[in-house]
Amino acid sequence: MGVRYVLTAAALLVIIACSEHARTSTTARPSRYGIGRTPTAAEIAAIDIDVNPAGVGLPAGSGTAAAGALIYALKCAICHGVKGEGIAQFPRLIGREPPPGFVFATDANAPRTIGNYWPYATTLYDYLHRAMPLNAPGSLTPTEIYSLVAYLLSENGVIPAGTVVDAHSLPTVHMPAQSHFVKDDREGGAIFR
Amino acid sequence: MTTPAPHQTSLTRRDLLHSAGLAVGVVLAAPLARLAAQAPAPATPTTIIAPLDPTKTPGLPSGPLGERSPFETPSLAPIGISTGSTNTPHQRLSGTITPSDLHFQRHHNGIAIIDPATYSMTLHGLVDRPLRFTLDDLKRFPAETHNYFVECAGNGRSAYRAPKPDMTPQDVDGLTSASEWTGVRVSTLLREAGVKSGAAWVLAEGGDAAELSRSVPMAKMLDDALVAYAQNGEAVRAANGYPARLLLPGYEGNMCIKWLRRLEVIDQPNMSRDETSKYTDPLPDGTIRQFSFVMDAKSLITSPTYPERLTGAGWRPITGIAWTGRGKITGVDVSVDGGRSWEAAELLGSPLPHAHTRFQYMWQWNGHSATLMSRARDETGYVQPTLAEFRRGRGPGTDYHFNAIRSWLVAANGVVTFGG
Repeated sequence: MGVRYVLTAAALLVIIACSEHARTSTTARPSRYGIGRTPTAAEIAAIDIDVNPAGVGLPAGSGTAAAGALIYALKCAICHGVKGEGIAQFPRLIGREPPPGFVFATDANAPRTIGNYWPYATTLYDYLHRAMPLNAPGSLTPTEIYSLVAYLLSENGVIPAGTVVDAHSLPTVHMPAQSHFVKDDREGGAIFR
Repeated sequence: MTTPAPHQTSLTRRDLLHSAGLAVGVVLAAPLARLAAQAPAPATPTTIIAPLDPTKTPGLPSGPLGERSPFETPSLAPIGISTGSTNTPHQRLSGTITPSDLHFQRHHNGIAIIDPATYSMTLHGLVDRPLRFTLDDLKRFPAETHNYFVECAGNGRSAYRAPKPDMTPQDVDGLTSASEWTGVRVSTLLREAGVKSGAAWVLAEGGDAAELSRSVPMAKMLDDALVAYAQNGEAVRAANGYPARLLLPGYEGNMCIKWLRRLEVIDQPNMSRDETSKYTDPLPDGTIRQFSFVMDAKSLITSPTYPERLTGAGWRPITGIAWTGRGKITGVDVSVDGGRSWEAAELLGSPLPHAHTRFQYMWQWNGHSATLMSRARDETGYVQPTLAEFRRGRGPGTDYHFNAIRSWLVAANGVVTFGG
C-alpha cells in the first residue's frame, strides 16, 4: 500500500513537472522581450512636437499681432475669412459673442471661437504647428506661429494688441472659457445625464 | 444626405471581367487609382444580363480577389472627403462585422499613405527606456484579437440637428463600424519601456497630415488598449490607419489614433485641440463636459428603414445593431407604437464587450402605420435615452455623443421614412 502510494506520488510529480515544463516553454512570458531599439535624441526631437499648458515644448522665438495680421491674410484668410469669420466647413476663429451667459448647449447657432470656447492658449501653438495650414501642414516657422497666435488672441480680445507672445508669455495667458470646463464624472448606470 | 443607389439588377461587362480576373491590370490598378483620386469607379454603359439558367452555362474562373456579386453594390457615402466623414451603409449589412472596405472613415487631412518598410512607432516620455518599434517589431510581441466597434463621437449629428425623412441608417448613424482587430497590447509595450513615477496620461499621435493627437488616461492604456495592425484578418486598411493604429475599446473614435507614429508618456493631459475646442460637450448648465471618452449605449434599426418599402402585411424581422462603450449590451427593446410599449428583442449570439450586437424582433405588420424604435440597455444598468430626455440633458446645440432613441415611420402604403 505504502509503496503503491509512493509510486503514485512520484508519477504525479513527473506529470506536474512535465506540464510545468510545457507551460514554461510555450506560454510563460518574460516581463520584457527586448524588442525595439533605442531611438536617438535627434530622432525623438524630430517628432516630439507637442506643447502642453505649462508651455513645455514651446520653442525659442516670439511674435506680435501686427506681424501675425500679415501672415493671417496671406495663409489663413482664404479658408477662415478675412476677419476670422469662418467659411463653410472651416470654423470661425474670432469673436466673443454671445456675451451674456454660456449658451453653447441651448443655442445651436452660437459660434464657438478661440475667444469664447478654447480653454488654453498653448493649444493654439500646438495645433497651428502640427496641422495648419491645411494645404501645407508643418510649414510654419516658430516666428510665424507665435505671430499668428498673437494675432488670433489679440483679435479675440484676450491679450492687448502689443503683447509679445513667446514661450514665457503664452502659458500665462488666461482664456475666458477655461473655468467652464469640468471633467466627465459619469460611470454608466441608470441615470441619463 | 445621400440618395441610395437603385438596386442593381444586371451585370456589366466590367463586373464580369472583374469577377473572372481576366482584366488583371484593371483589377490591380483601379483600387490604387480610386484611393488616390477618391473617386468612384467609372460607370460603363455596357449591360450584360445574368444567364437565364446558370446550371446550363459554365461559371466564371477564379480571380485575384473574391469580388462581391455584381448584384451587390454597397458603398460608402459621401466620398471624396479629405476633412470630414464617410459613412458605413448599415442598411446593406447583416451580422456584426463591418466589411473592411465599408468601415466608416473620418479624416482630418486625408488618408496617409505610409510605407511599412519605413514605418516606426516611438514610445518615449516618462519611461525608463525610450523605444522605437518597426512594424515587424510590433508583430513579434504576443498578439491579441478582439471584436471591437469604433464609433465617431460625432455619429448622428445631422440626424439630431437636421433630421430628414429620406435619411438612411447610413446617413443617420453610419459613423460606427465593427471589426476583428489584431495587435499588441499597449500595456506590453509600456512594460517593455518601463513607466516612470508621475506618468498619468499617454499622448497618442498620428503620422498623417493632421498629426492628430489625443491624451489618453494611463489607466485605459494599461487596461485594454491595443496597437492594431490587422483588421478582419488582414492588414489594417489604409483609410483606417495602415500600418498600425491605436484601438481604445469603447472610447470615441477620434482617440483611436490612426497611422500611429508616437506614444509619449506624460504627467498631465496635453489639452490638444481635439480634447478642448472639439470633442467636448457644453451642457445647459453652462459647463463644458471634458474627457467624455466612453461611447454610451446606443442602438440602430437597420431594417426596415428608408429607402425600403414594405410590399405587404405579414411577418418580417425588425433588426439592427446595439453597442455600448461601457462593456456588454444586456438587452434591446423594440417598440412598434412609437415608444408606448416595448418588447425585448432577441440578441443573435452572445454579446461581446465593446462590440456590435445584432438584435432581431419578429414583427407581424398589420398594414397600418407604425412607428418603430429600438432601445439598448447595458451591463451598468444604463438605458438608451429618449429623444426628449436627450434634448433636456444636452440641449439642441450639443455636438457629440448623440445616442438618443431613433424612430422610423412605416406608412400604410409600406413606405418607411426616418422619424428623427
